[in-house]
Amino acid sequence: MDRPKGLKYTIPQGEIMSPGHLACQGCGATLAMRYALKALGRETIVVIPACCWSIIDGPFPYSSIGVPMFHTAFETAASTASGVLAGLQIKNKHKVNVLAWAGDGGTADIGIQALSGAVERGDDFIYVCYDNEAYMNTGIQRSSSTPYGAWTTTTPGKSFKTLPKKNMVEIMVAHTIPYAATANIAYPEDFIEKLKKARDIRGPKYIQILAPCPVGWKYSSEKTIKLGRLAFETCIFPLYEVVEDRYIVKKPSSKRPVTEYLQLQGRFSHLKAEEISKMQEYVDSAWKKLLKKEEQA
Amino acid sequence: MKKSNSKKKKLTGQGAKTIEFKNHNDMPLCAVSLTDTLYNKTGSWRSIRPVVQKDKCISCLLCWKFCPEPCISMVDGKPVIDYDYCKGCAICIEVCPKGAIVSEDEKK
Amino acid sequence: MKIVITGNHTVSYGAKLSRAEVIAAYPITPQTEVVEKLSSMVADGQLKAKFIKVESEHSAMAACIGASAVGARSFTATSSQGLALMHEMLHWAANARLPVVMANVNRAMGPPWNVWSDQTDSLAQRDTGWLQFYCENNQEVLDTIIQAYKVCERVKLPGMVMLEAFILSHTSEPVEIPPQELVDRYLPAYNPEYKLDIKTPHTFGGLTGPGLYYELRYKIQSAMDEALDVIEDQDREFKKLFGRGYGLIEEYRTKGADRLLIVSGSISSTAKEAIDILRERGEKIGLIRIRVFRPFPKKHIKNAVKNVKRIGVIDRNISFGSEGIFYQEVKSALCNEKDSPAVYGYIAGLGGRDVIIDDFIKIADDIKETKSKQDIRWIGLKG
Repeated sequence: MDRPKGLKYTIPQGEIMSPGHLACQGCGATLAMRYALKALGRETIVVIPACCWSIIDGPFPYSSIGVPMFHTAFETAASTASGVLAGLQIKNKHKVNVLAWAGDGGTADIGIQALSGAVERGDDFIYVCYDNEAYMNTGIQRSSSTPYGAWTTTTPGKSFKTLPKKNMVEIMVAHTIPYAATANIAYPEDFIEKLKKARDIRGPKYIQILAPCPVGWKYSSEKTIKLGRLAFETCIFPLYEVVEDRYIVKKPSSKRPVTEYLQLQGRFSHLKAEEISKMQEYVDSAWKKLLKKEEQA
Repeated sequence: MKKSNSKKKKLTGQGAKTIEFKNHNDMPLCAVSLTDTLYNKTGSWRSIRPVVQKDKCISCLLCWKFCPEPCISMVDGKPVIDYDYCKGCAICIEVCPKGAIVSEDEKK
Repeated sequence: MKIVITGNHTVSYGAKLSRAEVIAAYPITPQTEVVEKLSSMVADGQLKAKFIKVESEHSAMAACIGASAVGARSFTATSSQGLALMHEMLHWAANARLPVVMANVNRAMGPPWNVWSDQTDSLAQRDTGWLQFYCENNQEVLDTIIQAYKVCERVKLPGMVMLEAFILSHTSEPVEIPPQELVDRYLPAYNPEYKLDIKTPHTFGGLTGPGLYYELRYKIQSAMDEALDVIEDQDREFKKLFGRGYGLIEEYRTKGADRLLIVSGSISSTAKEAIDILRERGEKIGLIRIRVFRPFPKKHIKNAVKNVKRIGVIDRNISFGSEGIFYQEVKSALCNEKDSPAVYGYIAGLGGRDVIIDDFIKIADDIKETKSKQDIRWIGLKG
């Protein structure tokens, strides 16, 4: 092969995060942070509640994140971020990005009150929920963000979760948030673009990024990106933005059946044909509703 | 507080520092980080070793882009894996469109 | 300038004079007027601060913590249930070594609903690593908030200033409001060694194993020990500038006393009147008011009771299954002393029940006469 003249970087080349962190092999949440730091740069202060990232970052006196970061209690990502923001504002440090970075349990369950409060107040920060669809740091317990059909240690065996995933983006939209979006670690360019867009909007911004978890979803670590792509291509985790109530949806070139996504993951291995078709129906209907919202806008 | 610089400069960082506290008086008042995580050679977690076959590589950067550590650097247009940190997740092997990264058994 | 204001408004003036930069608070009876007054002070530009109108006390403390971590002086006020809701974040503030200052209006815990005076709310937070000050009157509330910032920012621990529901919170008293320039001379701007700053990126509170956690806790205990001296030093400096000082404990007519009452908070004023009456009768009795509960001034109490034979500790609080909380602490401070006095515990005034002069006279008689070291006695219990 000829060596190409110049490498075409589609995401910023510089790294802020350092290796040596404590993430499991193939961790989606870690990729999400790597991209977020690339997008927002060193002028960023991160607030992290209890979640996988409480551990990933590394033990005192070490830290992999490369920017100032404050570990806070489980339900306080948004409220602590509000305080950080107010502190920066009163000190006239207006150019620093405040990034609240929480898992799905810290966002959709225990932290939803603080998040709702901060969004209602219009606090000017970016909230990223890295969604690995269960309490992974404590060992795979179901959260309200766990999807229908999934095994977790608290929805074991035949008692798999039979309730749908909580739709946090819609909850944020109901707050009349200026910017809400979903993202996916398999599409870093898209995530980075959304973060940059969010950075330039004043007020609260919410991005939920799908972060596949090899341990919790029961798949082999090399499949993280493949599963991310399939989540998008099956429309099980659509990529879209809501900017001032206007929906912008990214569509896959062809919509794949959900089985392609499910069969790669041990957490869905117990599902029978009728349950899979129920899931397909649910995904189809949610996808249709989403496209309709885009049309209406 | 004792700081020691490792002899070899790392591709991915400024060189690993380790910090030991012999006395509580040397410690900061709360748990504030004082350096990065390069001290932690996570390469020991690896059970398989991804090996780049440069002749097959088309320099598409996908392996670099999707490395969660990150421990892949582009040197002369080709990926170089820092085995001090590579945990062997094999994402790079999976995303390579040319099969230019192969899995080898990790020799202990 | 002397003005007549309620305890709640005094708190607001204390925060304003201390130049609090970030205030995050949630309304709760009987603290509400603190929040209202501070809101209007910020709204009309009297106070240059950010006021975060949070959706709960838990978030109030989280926001104060975030603001303090970037180096902003932060303030909140709460009471009772609100303080209990903050509990987790009280530990967080102290363990992160952030000198947040708050006012807590001592109010009874429910159920049943009761909005009146009771110290159990704040005393239940005694192990969270906060300095605790119990005030007797509104002037002391104002002065203590200013002092608390000075002390807390020195020792890098948060501090809680207590005033009692209605007795102080809603009672108007003349309060000397010192000029801002004088307060600025006493209290310099807050500038911590470690803060969230993009120029010097640090992570705060990362995973810490048994190998280092233990030493970090030792450092907090050392800071509490240091705080005893810092409180006294700063109180002396305050007295030089403002003409008022309070100390860790206040000794009232203790000279030559062989009996003592030990009290805290607003009932101290009533107890002092009782002491005056008893002294007129020729009884050798005095009083100690404990102003600072955390760190607990053991040494000062030991010194103050050297020639005393009998002590009665009156608690407007209770640790169920044990005793009044000041009683526990006083006994614990004296237990290893040679010839330590007999100490008796009395519960009084829970949930805002009046504690009157006569009650203290009865207690004074009781500690003189009683032979048995029986459990706590309940003053004015029906039946």
